[in-house]
Amino acid sequence: MNLSRFTRAGSAVAVGVLALSLAACGSDPEPADTAAGDDTADSTETGSAEDMESLSGQLSGGGASSQEAAMNAWRAGFQQMNPDATVNYDPVGSGGGRTGFGDGSYAFAGSDAALDEEELAAAEAQCGPGGVIEFPGYVSPVAVAFNLEGVDSLNLQPETIASIFLGEITQWNDEAIAADNPDAELPDTAITVVHRSDESGTTENFEEYLYSVAPDIWTEEPSGVWPVEGQESAQGTSGVVGAAQAGEGTITYADASQIADLGTVAVGVGDEFVPYSAEAAAEVVAQSPRTEGTSEYVYTIDLERDIAGTYPIVLVSYSLACTTYADEETAGLVKGFLTYLASEEGQQAAADAAGSAPLSDTIRQAVMPGIESISAG
Amino acid sequence: MTDSPPRARARATRRRGSDRGFNRVFRWIAVGSGVLILAVLAAVALFLLWQAWPALTAGSDELATAVPRYPEDTSFVAYVGPLVFGTLLAAILALAIATPLAIGIALFISHYAPRRLSQVLGYLVDLLAAVPSVIYGLWGFFVLAPFVVPIWSWLNEYLGWFPLFAGEASPTGRVLATVAIVLAVMILPIITAVSREVFLQTPKLHEEAALALGATRWELVRTAVLPFGRSGIISAAMLGLGRALGETMAVLMILSPGFLYSFHILDSAQHQTIAAYIALDFPEASGLAVNTLIATGLVLFVITLAVNMGARAIVARRKEFSGAN
Repeated sequence: MNLSRFTRAGSAVAVGVLALSLAACGSDPEPADTAAGDDTADSTETGSAEDMESLSGQLSGGGASSQEAAMNAWRAGFQQMNPDATVNYDPVGSGGGRTGFGDGSYAFAGSDAALDEEELAAAEAQCGPGGVIEFPGYVSPVAVAFNLEGVDSLNLQPETIASIFLGEITQWNDEAIAADNPDAELPDTAITVVHRSDESGTTENFEEYLYSVAPDIWTEEPSGVWPVEGQESAQGTSGVVGAAQAGEGTITYADASQIADLGTVAVGVGDEFVPYSAEAAAEVVAQSPRTEGTSEYVYTIDLERDIAGTYPIVLVSYSLACTTYADEETAGLVKGFLTYLASEEGQQAAADAAGSAPLSDTIRQAVMPGIESISAG
Repeated sequence: MTDSPPRARARATRRRGSDRGFNRVFRWIAVGSGVLILAVLAAVALFLLWQAWPALTAGSDELATAVPRYPEDTSFVAYVGPLVFGTLLAAILALAIATPLAIGIALFISHYAPRRLSQVLGYLVDLLAAVPSVIYGLWGFFVLAPFVVPIWSWLNEYLGWFPLFAGEASPTGRVLATVAIVLAVMILPIITAVSREVFLQTPKLHEEAALALGATRWELVRTAVLPFGRSGIISAAMLGLGRALGETMAVLMILSPGFLYSFHILDSAQHQTIAAYIALDFPEASGLAVNTLIATGLVLFVITLAVNMGARAIVARRKEFSGAN
């Protein structure tokens, strides 16, 4: 029977189309290009890669899939400046990235969590003592988004958000919601929580937020798997957004750049409500203190979720590299690539492509010495 | 009807005499293909067993720490049970929707439609099989799920006493009932194509005999075509069932998963199928978690094997009554 042959031909075509469209996304040079054009004047200050000689060779990294969209923009921008260089990024997940970095199979890595002591030890064995570079290269705001007819924005206290996602507040016209939103017309629709069905850094991050701001209500230790059973779920960011759009009265959490036309929650921080914005999200990272007692080039932060005027639900994803590499070519490539990644134009390219919050100048100045010290040896 | 001795002897001589040159080469190619498929099957089974072994022999405490979704203090059987249940329920529902429809389409094509129309229709049904499952997944996710929400809530409200429609209808429509419809559409072409071929094989003599006895078109179908095609329909349905059991992408995209033994097919977060579960959790799994996923894959492999063997047994038992002789 030739049915299966047709099926296979069909999927081959689909794969081909997918590959083409992905290639089109990956090689779109425009955001990086315009950003590079604007910023040439202060390129010395921001440490632009343009003042270096053109690099060549192949560089392999991997890790957090959350960084993938930004990574595509960075790769495109970097390869535009260095036509002979190729950067590969394998989005295997944060854990895989940290392991791969520790055993030396990735020259650089991305991770949604900072290296723990054990992983740092493995990385230092690879890079040499004090030779690990770690900085928050990708900061992505997570929006709490909902689909409720006639309501575009809601003010919600952290405790209310935790109760909603636990399933304890079940109606949109609940008093806890109405109290903070006197002007909104809240229907008596049931609340349907939509969470990620796959294991995800976004889930872990959102749980961490709830766990730190409402520890009395959200008592479950954060992990990549959603702890509440019996709720609606979908695969991936596009999945939860699609599911939220399909149903009335749904609420979900997702990467802020992907939420389409869903309504968003202004999150209670102290006495005020802060709506999501890239600037407010960048601020929380800039104002949170650096972790104490780390080695010189490890810039990790202890996220504080209650700084006035900042948007507290952010996914902080780290970039990992070594200060020394065995060969000149890899060292040059890593140095050039990370310089571009951390530069203003690199961060802007990621913001355009992935909706991330750009790195603040303070953090950039703190991490640049580490990147500049990368050498072969 | 039976071979007369001279004919049998003649055939034996022909077989012996012609087995050289390309005939021999061809025989080896055919035997090689047969052996190859067995070898591949054995290799898959061995791989599954070998990779699943650490998970099958590990204690439940060990599994609970390694596998994110593994509930505390459960044996592997209790863990995989709801997945098996979900897989079977989805496939059986899909089969229940698709089989009557497919038989109807096949009969229309073979016995009712004008010749030209039946050719076009047959071609269109075959085309349905060429649509990749990810497209069905997208269609189910963006079009079908929102579309069926009011229907499901109506069923839930007025026919909620029926166990399958009980529970609370999901406001997003991403439930097992929707998945079953999509799976039914996916297996429809296979069942239709095979049944159609079988119906077309109905001996003309049987049909003419029925007509001569004054049978109407429906009586002709009922007395000559369906009894003749019964084993064909069963094997067609089993082919469809095999695809429904293993379907991954469409289920993954549409279903809002849960891990319960539940018959509430309109309620979200109740069911999950093995294939979709593996695809969902594999990307972030490592170590023992991968072994556990492969162990669930082994369970699916065994189920599929059992279904196919069951189908073979039914078909073999029916063969003598099929009327082909």
